[in-house]
Amino acid sequence: MALSIQHLLGLEGVAKEDINRILDTADSFYEVLQREIKVVPTLRGKTIVNLFYEPSTRTRLSFELAEKRLSGSPLNFSASTSSVQKGESLKDTVRNIAAMKIDMIVVRHGAAGVPYFLTRCTDAVIVNAGDGLHEHPTQSLLDMMTIRRHFGRLEGLKVAIVGDIWHSRVARSNAWGMTTMGMDVVLCGPPTFLPQHTESLPVRVTDDMDTAVEGVDVIMMLRVQFERQGTGLFPSIREYRQRYGLDKERLSRLPKEVIVMHPGPINRGIELASNVADCEQSVILDQVTNGVAVRMAVLYLLGGGESA
Amino acid sequence: MPDSYGRVTFPVTPVDPVPPILITGGRVIDPANDIDDYLTVALSGGTICAVGKKIPEGFEAGVTIDAKGMWVVPGLVDMHVHLREPGREDKETIASGTMAAAAGGFTAVACMPNTTPALDEESKIRYVVQRSEGCPCRVYPVGAITEKLEGEKLAPFGEMVGAGAKAFSDDGRSVSNSYMMRNALNYSKSFNVPLICHCEDHDLTGQCHMNESAMSTRLGVRGIPSIAEEIVVARDIMIAEYTGARVHIAHVTTAGAVQIVREAKSRGAHVTCETCPHYFVFTDEDLATYDTNKKMNPPLRTPRDRAAVIEGLSDGTIDVIASDHAPHCSEEKDVEFAAAAFGVIGLETSLAAAITHLIDTNVLVPSHLVEKMSVAPNRVLGLQGGTLAASSVADITIIDPSCEWSVDSSRFFSKSRNTPFEGLTLRGAARYTILGGRIVFERR
Repeated sequence: MALSIQHLLGLEGVAKEDINRILDTADSFYEVLQREIKVVPTLRGKTIVNLFYEPSTRTRLSFELAEKRLSGSPLNFSASTSSVQKGESLKDTVRNIAAMKIDMIVVRHGAAGVPYFLTRCTDAVIVNAGDGLHEHPTQSLLDMMTIRRHFGRLEGLKVAIVGDIWHSRVARSNAWGMTTMGMDVVLCGPPTFLPQHTESLPVRVTDDMDTAVEGVDVIMMLRVQFERQGTGLFPSIREYRQRYGLDKERLSRLPKEVIVMHPGPINRGIELASNVADCEQSVILDQVTNGVAVRMAVLYLLGGGESA
Repeated sequence: MPDSYGRVTFPVTPVDPVPPILITGGRVIDPANDIDDYLTVALSGGTICAVGKKIPEGFEAGVTIDAKGMWVVPGLVDMHVHLREPGREDKETIASGTMAAAAGGFTAVACMPNTTPALDEESKIRYVVQRSEGCPCRVYPVGAITEKLEGEKLAPFGEMVGAGAKAFSDDGRSVSNSYMMRNALNYSKSFNVPLICHCEDHDLTGQCHMNESAMSTRLGVRGIPSIAEEIVVARDIMIAEYTGARVHIAHVTTAGAVQIVREAKSRGAHVTCETCPHYFVFTDEDLATYDTNKKMNPPLRTPRDRAAVIEGLSDGTIDVIASDHAPHCSEEKDVEFAAAAFGVIGLETSLAAAITHLIDTNVLVPSHLVEKMSVAPNRVLGLQGGTLAASSVADITIIDPSCEWSVDSSRFFSKSRNTPFEGLTLRGAARYTILGGRIVFERR
């Protein structure tokens, strides 16, 4: 029943069987979440620390809810209310928290590789909730869960991920996870948003959006970060919207079966037109719902709780 | 240091006369005099008395070293180290760094000026020279090219040369402004000293922490592109050729940079260059778990770059092997990758890494290694060492090329532990280091 991995540091190298097991388990938790009483006792007595060094609404709430619905005891830590401001090192912070006898750490940090670093600082189970530009594995798992629930399969489906690929840990995790599951992944964005070296990723890359969306089943739009405007990466929001935005007109040229995804938060009117975000083809809120189930599955399978 | 792997003499107090030493049975490798033979070496009065088949008549040895199975070579020189004094004595001091150097087989090091304060004027050069008295390894300070290493105002080369500076560098940074670099190179000609150039286009490397490559894409780490190094290597060589000055390119790491130097040499430019052991041993693929002890600047490059560096060592494009010994304390290394300081230590592993990865792999023959670790750095810095000719100063390293040892930084003489070689097995080590005719290091 357990996974072959001890921590969830990323989806690179994670086996298809493990991903399937997480998605299957998430589907059963999804059923639990439809009940009136949405709580199961599987992580009773387990303490899970949510160690968030970067701002987050969705991911943090989603993990906390998942932990509570598994009857675990969440402990919340955010950089702004911690002794980080007193200059304590990450290692000291983690070792202090670990000394309080905790079981799992869910970590988000602005520096790539921090989840690896934590495995060297503590014996607790580590779950990556986003590390720098590296990976965001539970986001990819909830994306795959959403696609699988919609289409009934992953194998053979084609997805275009459009936007700021280089700065996106979601794109990296999906590149690994989705291709492991037999999907065809195309990454698309202006050349300044694409990595210089993409040969290490199992995907195709293009800077032309119309080429990218040809024959797709799924379009995933990534958030454009305003703060990058004027840094030489792209000239203006207007030009970006024209070339890489998804509006009704562009969507209408594709089959009605195509679904639209976005990891949030959305810049309405920039990468995604409002009437696309809210249209029938959008599964953006399903992603959020499934996020709780997928995180319950990950925590349950890695936390070694009692059987559901 | 009871658990260290050898004994370093410190401080080295003047003894008069120095007891005569006879070194017998060793393979004497002295490329400056075209010697590679099994010979006896006699030292007395701090100088080399004779090198030959026989013991000189009437020579009475105070100490006899049986060097059977070993190489007897002119003292090794590491022309690129950071001794951190003044300012960061918690990481390294001139005393601890020279002990590490002696234990690594070095009889001389050149120390970089990015201390606190920077070595940018006569009094600071003099301070380093004075602090190195009694140390088991000679210390040649490298002065700053510009005041405070800020790239804006030329530092007083002449006064610093007078105080003992042997070269100038803003190491750790490039002089960004080409006009300033032109002036610095032009001005350096009066003193016949090289400028040692750390080549990096800082506009291309901000917030970057590893090589830009397939690996940086995978790891989600902003990458330092190879062109950031190559653009400035090309620029500095072009300015040196234009002004007729001497330039030495520090830590060459990319295939492109090796090629730029190769072409410049074939045109007859006054250019020399160095690389470091970590660049011919490791690649960016060794960073898969974000090991901060493999984080340095310039960064570990791709396997293709590593191969080009080895090719450059083999064909003579790369003149010198230097360690870029950069001590950092654990608070600066045992942190998240992006927050970790750049730099690794190397004085105590450099020779073994070179023997294991260049000699045992048939890239270099021993005399070529001696060329790159003794003769060439002496020549670049305008020093008198690198030779075993009679009446030269008796700076000698006796190397056991076949002993295998496992790298354990807790036994290092350096104050810092940030080695990329931790736990690896290397072959070869300095058995004795002889400075001015006196044994200053003996390995257990």
